[in-house]
Amino acid sequence: MSDEGKALVKERVAGRPEIFIREWFADYLWDLFCPGCQTPIVGRIVAEVLDDLGIGDTAIMVGCVGCSGILIGGFDVDKVSPAHGRGPDVATAIKRIYPDTVVFTVQGDGDCIAIGAGPFTGALTRAEKITIIMVNNTNFGTTGGQLGPTTLVGQVTTTSPDGRNPALEGYPAHAAEIAATFKGCAYSARGSLHTPASYQKTKGYVKKAFQKQMNGVGTSFVEVLTACPTNWHLSPVDSLKYIEENVIPEFPLGEFRDVDSLE
Amino acid sequence: MTERILAEGNAAIGWGALSADCKCFFGYPITPQNEVIEFLAKEMPKRGGIFVQSQCETATINMLFGAASCGVRAMTSTSSPGWGLMLEGMSNLAAARLPCVVALVQRVGPGVQRLTHSQQDYNSAVKGGGGGGYKTIVLAPASVQETHDLMQVAFYLADRYRNPVVVLSDGLMGHVTEPLELRKHEFGPLPEKEWAVTNHGRHPDGKHRAIGASYNPLKGESFVSYLEDMRNTYKEIEENEVRFEQYKTEDADLILVGYGYCARVAEEAVDMARAEGLKAGMLRPITLWPFPYKAIRELANRGCKFLVVEDSLGQMAEDVRIGAGETAEVHLADVTFRHLTSEDGMIMPSRVLEEIRRLL
Repeated sequence: MSDEGKALVKERVAGRPEIFIREWFADYLWDLFCPGCQTPIVGRIVAEVLDDLGIGDTAIMVGCVGCSGILIGGFDVDKVSPAHGRGPDVATAIKRIYPDTVVFTVQGDGDCIAIGAGPFTGALTRAEKITIIMVNNTNFGTTGGQLGPTTLVGQVTTTSPDGRNPALEGYPAHAAEIAATFKGCAYSARGSLHTPASYQKTKGYVKKAFQKQMNGVGTSFVEVLTACPTNWHLSPVDSLKYIEENVIPEFPLGEFRDVDSLE
Repeated sequence: MTERILAEGNAAIGWGALSADCKCFFGYPITPQNEVIEFLAKEMPKRGGIFVQSQCETATINMLFGAASCGVRAMTSTSSPGWGLMLEGMSNLAAARLPCVVALVQRVGPGVQRLTHSQQDYNSAVKGGGGGGYKTIVLAPASVQETHDLMQVAFYLADRYRNPVVVLSDGLMGHVTEPLELRKHEFGPLPEKEWAVTNHGRHPDGKHRAIGASYNPLKGESFVSYLEDMRNTYKEIEENEVRFEQYKTEDADLILVGYGYCARVAEEAVDMARAEGLKAGMLRPITLWPFPYKAIRELANRGCKFLVVEDSLGQMAEDVRIGAGETAEVHLADVTFRHLTSEDGMIMPSRVLEEIRRLL
């Protein structure tokens, strides 16, 4: 990437707020993420919300394994990197120890509802007062674009080379709708980042999710649809179109649960 | 005055945790350790502690990772099938240098098998059963009192060396009822946990804390320097923390080696042999890692033979062979010596005595 391009990315993606992104992280952003990847934008949204809510210095972050796991490196907060899929378990313990502190995870779809389906539903079952942000790019990105729990029917991945076949691989899992079925869930929503308007809307969801935790209601969850141009074999711009035309019809946007008390 | 009660071994795990000021317990039901989680479900909240029943053992070990990251004293307990699920987590705890305690109440294996006692998890506990070649300190109590006392030692050693510690019990030790003095042990000063994640924002050095199961270049570590640090810690533990007990070994020609319930069996077999004029003694490893190789070597150099009493197909026996060297005779009274062929059988002193008679 040209120096001009780097400066632009640094300003647009890593320019603010201060807790995101640490200097070294900003300098390596283009090495850490593929061109057109929207995962860093999720990091930025979370950081903006932490800043807006005035909890940027005390919130505790729990990471994951996968592309979203790279994000934790950029956060200047106290943080823990767990084993693959185990973020909600780790966050549970931290939240029980520091009940007045905001504790959150940022996880990919594979981390959250493939290998991490147990921790995800376990936390919701116990109504843990944590916030889970799930980045859904419809595949396992870091390992080279394999089939994920969220892969669309017909979508080609390296382990579904003829496209996801429901007869063999079933159907995409809907994490936001699943979360909303739990009585312990305070908030569940799904947003996207494919337009400036959707960015603002998603930021609102994330903010609300953190507020639910601050109000001590229950588990809060936001799923964010993101582009994965490299593994979708599309240009960054075409990827945004793909989200609108293919991903959102499968994964509708909006709020699925929003309560101020669990009973 | 120290309170004296009657307690089961599993309750002693809980009492020991309370005596060590353990603040967090994470558990999942599995026989034969259910009394541990039931005891702490009742006692932890009374003392302002945290008790969480998780959705599986993989979860408990990762909850332990979260709690240990915060620098508080935390533990879990399980039995053999659950232990298998925890091994990835054990590797991560060791890799992240997180102090914590896991009580493993062994039951028959391999696989699910049945619910009674055994000693078949020695290798996976002592040799670092998860990925990557880490080590955990392993303490093996042989009485209810010692279970309680070693739980306190476990928390101390975990904090001192920033390393997970396993307390290795079994279904028999867990269910035997004996008198227990609830004495609180004092240990030396411990290093501050300045590395721990907190909720008060930046730390005195102006930085935030990051915990993860890998080396951290931002802390100036390389992969190799990180492993060197780990090796140095392991060396220090091996030099300073070997614990064992000897019983009538001064003039013994045959040394029985056993841990946990098998040490109790061996001790009785030694007394029975002595009554017949047979010069048997016993060495009981209290730390299984670090293992008392040196003490065994000294006895071997004196010309002693060894009889390992171990309720498995022979796992610790391999360490005894390493300690004894190539020239010493090492025999094994193993799981096939049980008095019943079902899972309810145990190795009896009388059967061990027969073996002592054969060897002396």
